[in-house]
Amino acid sequence: MNRKNEPAPAETYHRYLEEGKLGFQLCRGCGAAVFYPRVLCPACGSGTLEWRSSSGRGTVYATTAVHRRDAEPYNVALVDLDEGFRMMSRVEGVSAKEVGIGARVALRVRREGDEPVAVFVPDAELEDGAG
Amino acid sequence: MSLRGRAAIVGVAESDLGEVGPGLTPLDLIGQATLRALDDAGLEKSDVDGLFSASAYYHMPTLSAGEYLGIRPRYTDATSIGGSSFVSHLFHAAAAIDAGLCEVALITYGSTQRSGGGRLVSGSETLPYEAPYNPRYPVSMYALAASRHMHEYGTTREQLAEVAVAAREWAKLNPKAFMRDDLTVEDVLNSRMVSAPLTVRDCCLVTDGGCAAIVTSAERARDLKKTPIYLLGAGEAHWHRHISQMPDLTTSAAAESGPRAFGMAGLGPADVDVAMLYDAFTINTVMFLEDLGFCRKGEGGAFVSGGRIAPGGELAVNTSGGGLSYNHPGMYGLLLIVEAVRQLRGECGMRQVEDANVALVHGNGGVLSSQVTAVLGTERAL
Repeated sequence: MNRKNEPAPAETYHRYLEEGKLGFQLCRGCGAAVFYPRVLCPACGSGTLEWRSSSGRGTVYATTAVHRRDAEPYNVALVDLDEGFRMMSRVEGVSAKEVGIGARVALRVRREGDEPVAVFVPDAELEDGAG
Repeated sequence: MSLRGRAAIVGVAESDLGEVGPGLTPLDLIGQATLRALDDAGLEKSDVDGLFSASAYYHMPTLSAGEYLGIRPRYTDATSIGGSSFVSHLFHAAAAIDAGLCEVALITYGSTQRSGGGRLVSGSETLPYEAPYNPRYPVSMYALAASRHMHEYGTTREQLAEVAVAAREWAKLNPKAFMRDDLTVEDVLNSRMVSAPLTVRDCCLVTDGGCAAIVTSAERARDLKKTPIYLLGAGEAHWHRHISQMPDLTTSAAAESGPRAFGMAGLGPADVDVAMLYDAFTINTVMFLEDLGFCRKGEGGAFVSGGRIAPGGELAVNTSGGGLSYNHPGMYGLLLIVEAVRQLRGECGMRQVEDANVALVHGNGGVLSSQVTAVLGTERAL
């Protein structure tokens, strides 16, 4: 396979984030949503993956508040995006301890230093939409 | 091909444990443990022709251990899948011995992480897709699994604390255990929160420790000093490396490694007299009891409650005191084997489980990532 002209998966992901979008891949072989980005589908092995932009809407799957000695705890969460993939992120805009599993969240792309980072905030419109 | 009963563990030992002080290196502890394990087996260093090790200190651990010990193996295996590596080494050693590729295998490990600064020494790389969120490795990953288990099954922090309390009760019966003072459920709940819902007492120790095990063919084992402890079955499985890639945070690949090991052994959970489950965090014990079939999924919290895995309980689990109270030198898998062998030999003194003939050893590595199960037995279990 000659992928000389294809950008690396990580570069494409980064380019999406630079545009304020969350990129993921859709497998043309089996339809699986693939994240993190790869050069083959981990479900069926197909080498044909197409980039898509996520709606940025998701549900908190698991959550922890990481404690520090001299500062407020911060959140780390796993979020299930509506397109069917999961990613690590954090939920902002609520106390780290108040982030609830099942809560609906929406994407925000923040800039931290020079890097764009995908985070989530409570999705007020869809709150209580999933259990 | 089944390896059932084809190889046996004939020597086990720890090095000095706990906090060995400055100066000693992980290789020094490997040396101490190897000397003691060879003595336990009644074998000479020159008998060893297979070498197995994993390490967070040495990039090529069997080369470093072989050089230090003066062992030139004809079979070498540095399988590195985290804390479970050494249970995998036991499995692989039995296969190599059965295939005639070596006859006497040494599995060894050493760490000075406590004397070296008191923090987990880990060679773990961070996944670029997780790194921006700064989870504390590895505790935050286990905390995420605990949060999901609590959400789906109603498991409580009190039930997780029961695991730590049971481990401490066993540790009080083990003179070599690092922490032997009283511990209550309330103590665990009120300890410093590290990554919610896990407090520092839900987390394993950070200690120094080395260990070694000698494995040989069943035939040769019968002529040696101690009663042989046979490998009856083994199985390994891994489904992910990073927590964000784990398909279901409440079910580990132990749900596959366990049935593989039991299948080879021709035994099931009801046959197990003593279980050594890799307790890096309290949630591990709960999940592994479920995944290995000791109870149904979601019932692990109830299973560990009311002292049911403590001394005098329904099932003897982690009788050394486990990674939570006995010793956890960064990677703990080999110490599971050491304790299982001692229980089956009847060498455990105050904490001895009566008529122990079948032991289950379950190793975990990474972030609930690699799962390796072994079933060990005395001659009566063959």
